[in-house]
Amino acid sequence: MAAVAAGVGQQWVLVEMVQAFYEAPAYHLILEGILILWIIRLLFSKTYKLQERSDLTLKEKEELIEEWQPEPLVPPVPKDHPALNYNIVSGPPTHIITVNGKECINFASFNFLGLLNNEKVKSAAQASLKKYGVGTCGPRGFYGTFDVHLELEERLAKFMRTEEAIIYSYGFATIASAIPAYSKRGDIVFVDEAACFAIQKGLQASRSNIKLFKHNDMADLERLLKEQESEDQKNPRKARVTRRFIVVEGLYMNTGDICPLPELIKLKYKYKVRIFLEESLSFGVLGAHGRGITEHFGINIDDIDLISANMENSLASIGGFCCGRSFIIDHQRLSGQGYCFSASLPPLLAAAAIEALNIMEDNPAFNPLCSQRRIHALSGQTRISGLKVVGESFSPALHLQLEESWGSRENDVKLLKRVVDYCMNSGIALTQARYLEKEEKCLPPPSIRVVITVEQTEQELDRAASLLKEAAQSVLN
Amino acid sequence: STKPDRLQEINHIVHNGGLYKRPFNEAFEETPMLVAVLTYVGYGVLTLFGYLRDFMRQWKIEKCQNATEREEQKDFVPLYQDFENFYNRNLYMRIRDSWNRPICSVPGAKVDMMERVSHDYNWTFTYTGRVIKDIINMGSYNYLGFAQKTGACQEAAAKVLSQYGAGVCSTRQEMGNLDKHEELEKLVARFLGVESAMAYGMGFATNSMNIPALVGKGCLILSDELNHASLVLGARLSGATIRIFKHNNMQSLEKLLKDAIVHGQPRTRRPWKKILILVEGIYSMEGSIVRLPEVIALKKKYKSYLYLDEAHSIGALGPSGRGVVDYFGLNPEDVDVMMGTFTKSFGAAGGYIGGKKELIDYLRTYSHSAAYATSMSPPVVEQIITSVKCIMGEDGTTIGRARVQQLAENTRYFRRRLKEMGFIIYGNEDSPVVPLMLYMPAKIGAFGREMLKRNIGVVVVGFPATPIIESRARFCLSAAHTKEMLDTALKEINEVGDLLQLKYSRRRLVPLLDRPFDETTYEETED
Repeated sequence: MAAVAAGVGQQWVLVEMVQAFYEAPAYHLILEGILILWIIRLLFSKTYKLQERSDLTLKEKEELIEEWQPEPLVPPVPKDHPALNYNIVSGPPTHIITVNGKECINFASFNFLGLLNNEKVKSAAQASLKKYGVGTCGPRGFYGTFDVHLELEERLAKFMRTEEAIIYSYGFATIASAIPAYSKRGDIVFVDEAACFAIQKGLQASRSNIKLFKHNDMADLERLLKEQESEDQKNPRKARVTRRFIVVEGLYMNTGDICPLPELIKLKYKYKVRIFLEESLSFGVLGAHGRGITEHFGINIDDIDLISANMENSLASIGGFCCGRSFIIDHQRLSGQGYCFSASLPPLLAAAAIEALNIMEDNPAFNPLCSQRRIHALSGQTRISGLKVVGESFSPALHLQLEESWGSRENDVKLLKRVVDYCMNSGIALTQARYLEKEEKCLPPPSIRVVITVEQTEQELDRAASLLKEAAQSVLN
Repeated sequence: STKPDRLQEINHIVHNGGLYKRPFNEAFEETPMLVAVLTYVGYGVLTLFGYLRDFMRQWKIEKCQNATEREEQKDFVPLYQDFENFYNRNLYMRIRDSWNRPICSVPGAKVDMMERVSHDYNWTFTYTGRVIKDIINMGSYNYLGFAQKTGACQEAAAKVLSQYGAGVCSTRQEMGNLDKHEELEKLVARFLGVESAMAYGMGFATNSMNIPALVGKGCLILSDELNHASLVLGARLSGATIRIFKHNNMQSLEKLLKDAIVHGQPRTRRPWKKILILVEGIYSMEGSIVRLPEVIALKKKYKSYLYLDEAHSIGALGPSGRGVVDYFGLNPEDVDVMMGTFTKSFGAAGGYIGGKKELIDYLRTYSHSAAYATSMSPPVVEQIITSVKCIMGEDGTTIGRARVQQLAENTRYFRRRLKEMGFIIYGNEDSPVVPLMLYMPAKIGAFGREMLKRNIGVVVVGFPATPIIESRARFCLSAAHTKEMLDTALKEINEVGDLLQLKYSRRRLVPLLDRPFDETTYEETED
C-alpha cells in the first residue's frame, strides 16, 4: 500500500514539474538555459594554471633544456693557494711537534694548560675506551646517553657554579646550535663585530635581526640599544614579544682582547637584554680557578644567561658545553640542533675532559695567568720591527699583524708566510690565522697566531721572540 | 602456483626499463581509517587535558614543576612563548622516560642500562643505583657491530691514544692536520671508489658546513621531503633557493627539474647557476632506500649535481658494504658528492665527503670546518681506519664480509617475521632500519615501557620527528644480533603487539603500478 502510494506520489511530482515547465515565462526558461550551457562550458574548459607559461611549446622547452649549461660544481683552486697545502704533523701535536718532518717547539696549538700529553688524562681515556669502546652509535635521545656524559655535565655545572650544563660533541656546533634555539625570526641580537665564525653561523641560522656594534665599544652598543628603545615606543605590542640578546666573547679569538663585562651587565639591566657569553678562549685561562671571565671580574654567574665554551682548548679534548640556569639550558635538550640530531660525544673524550677538569680544579697554580710575565717577554719588551702584537697581555692567543699593509691582502699573506716559514725552518712552529675571506662579516687583517702555553720555558719564549725579530728583519726589510 | 609468476610480474614492472638490476620492494601501507580517527581523538583528549592542567597550574591549584625565570629578570621579554612549550609540557613530559635512557656499557647487541624512576610523573628522575643488565639493544646505530670494547679496532685505538693523546687543539688549516688524518682520507677514498675524500669531526656539521661552500645565491637545491635536519640546515645556510620534491618520487623530481631549467630563477628569469639534488641513502624514519638509478638517470639528463648523504647506508647496504651505490651496482663516479658518517657502521664519530679531486681540493680550501673547527681526535680516526680495513678484508680476515652478510640476513629475516605477524612495517625490504607503526600517542609510551620490562630496548618516535598521526617504533638491526636474540625480540614484540593491539596490517597486496605523482603511498593488495 505504502509503495503504491509512493509510486503515485512520484508520478504526481513529475506531472507537476512538466506543468510548471509549460507555465514558466519565456525569459525564465532562456535564463536557465544560458546558465546550464555556461556550466557545461566551465566543466569542459581547460584548467588555468597560473605558473605555466602557456606560450612555450614542448619543443621549445626541450631546446631550453638542451641549451642550459650549468657552472662546474666547484671552481678550480690554484695550486699555490695558501690554505690548500696543509702542514702535516707526524705524531702528537704536543709541546715538541714534528711539522713537515722538522721538529719544532709548538707555538700554534691551543694547548694552553699542556693537558694534551698528560698521562693521567690519557689513562682515564684508556679506561673509558676499555669499558665503552670508541663510538656511542646514537644521539642522546636514543641510547646515546652514557653515564660519563651525565657525570661530565654535572662536573662542569659544579665547576662553573651554575645549575646545569649540556654537552655537545663538536666545539663549533655548540654556540652555533645554542643561539638559534632561543633567538628566532623577529628577535634582535646585538653582536660584537669581532665575533668568531661559529657565532656568525649561529646568528645566520637563527634568522634574527643582527645589529653589529663596534668592537668593545660600549658607547656604540648603547647607541644601538637607545635606537631600539625608541623603536619600541612606537610599537609597544611588537616590543613585548621581541626577545633581545647580546652575544659577546670573553676573550676574542680574532683580536685577543677581553670584553668589558661589568659595563655589559649594567646595560643588560638598563635595557632588559639577555647576555650570551662565548668563553672558548677564556675558559681555563681567566679567573683564579680558571672559571673564565665572570671569575676574573668577580661577577655573579647568574647574571649571565648562557655561557658557552668549547673543550678543545684548555681541556684538550673534543666537544663543547653550555652552562647556565636550568630554565635556560634545559630548553636546548629539545631544540639544540647539534644536540638532538647528532651522535653524542665518544665516551673516551668525555672521560678525558673529566680528568682534565679534575687536574684544573686540583692545581689552581696551573693557571697560565701566572705566565703573564712570559707573554710580556714576547709582546712588551722586545720590539719586533714591522710586526705589532695584538692582544691583551694575559691572553694566551695573540696575533702578530703587519704594522703597515704592503698593498693588498694577498701580498700581506705571502709576506707573513715567509716569516712563518723562516721560523719553522729554525725550529719554532707557527701558523697564520686562517679565515674564509668571502664568508666573514668583518674580516680581520692577516696575522700570525702565537699561542702561549704553560709548557713553554723562559728560554723557549726568548728564543721565539728573537727568531721572530730576525725573521721580520730579513723578510720585511 | 600462480603466485610466483605474479610476483615476478610485479618486480618486472618496477625494473623501469632496465635501470634496476635487482627487485626494488618498498611498501608503505596506508593508515587504516579507524586507527587514524582514534589517533586524532587521542590527541584531542590529551590537548583538552593539557589546557585543563595549564589552567590549574596558572591558578596555583596544581604545583608548577618547570623551572622559572629569575626574580631579577621577570620584567624581561619572556624567553619562551607559552604555546611553543604546550606540546612539551603536556604531551612529551608524560612519556619522557622513553627517551634519553642512560646506559653504562658498550652499545653493542646487548647493553646495560641505569635504572631510573620518577616520583613526580617524569618531571624529575632519580637513579636507584641498580643496573639493568643485558638488554637486547634494538635502538643503537650499530649496523656492522663495530661497537666493541675488545678486538682489533679497540686495541689499535688504544695504541694511538697513548701515542697521540685525545685532543688536537687546532684546526685542519692551521696546526691540526695529523698524518693520521691524511691516512684516513686516502683509505676512505679507496673504500668508496672515488678519487679523493675529506673527513670531518661531526656528521651533522659535515652537511651544515659544506653545502654552503658548494652552492650559494643563484643556485637551486632540490631536496627530498624527508631529508635530515642537517641537510635542511646546510641548504638554508647556503642562501640558495630550495624546492622540495615528494619523498622518493621521481616524477615529482623530474617535474621540478624541467620547470627549473625552462623557467629559470623566479622573477628575473635568469638561468640557474647550478642545480644540486639532495638525497639520502636510507631515510632513517621511513626505512626507505633512495631510487638511485633513476635519480642518476635524471641528473645526467638535466645536467644537475647529486649530493648523496649515506649516513645510514654506508656499511649497511651492498654486497661489500660500500653503501647504496654498491647495492644498486652503479658507478661511484656518477655521484658528484658522496657524503656519509662514521658514527653508524664504523663505531666511531665524524663524517666524510668523497668525490673528484677538484671537489676535495676546493673543500680543503673553502670548507667552514677546515678553517674554523678542530680536527678529529686521533683514537677515533684509528678506529675508523681499522674498521674500514676490516670491512674491505685488508686486515687478513673475513670478519668484515661475514658481518655484511649477517646484517643482510638479519634484515630479511626480521622484516619477514614482523610482516607475517601482522604489523605495519614501512620501508624497503633490504633496509636495516625497520619502522613499526604505532599511530596512537598512548601506545608510544606503552610500547617503550612494555618492551623494557621484557628486557628489550627499543626506540619510539613521535611528533615532531614524524607526522602527528604516524608515530612509530624504530628497530635498528645489527650484524652483532644473533638469531637467538632476534627470536627472543620477535617473541616479545609479538606478545606486546597482542597486548597493545598493534597488528593493524590488513595485508592487502596490489601490483605496483607506475602511479601519477600526486599519490605517494603505495597500497599492495593480493587477491
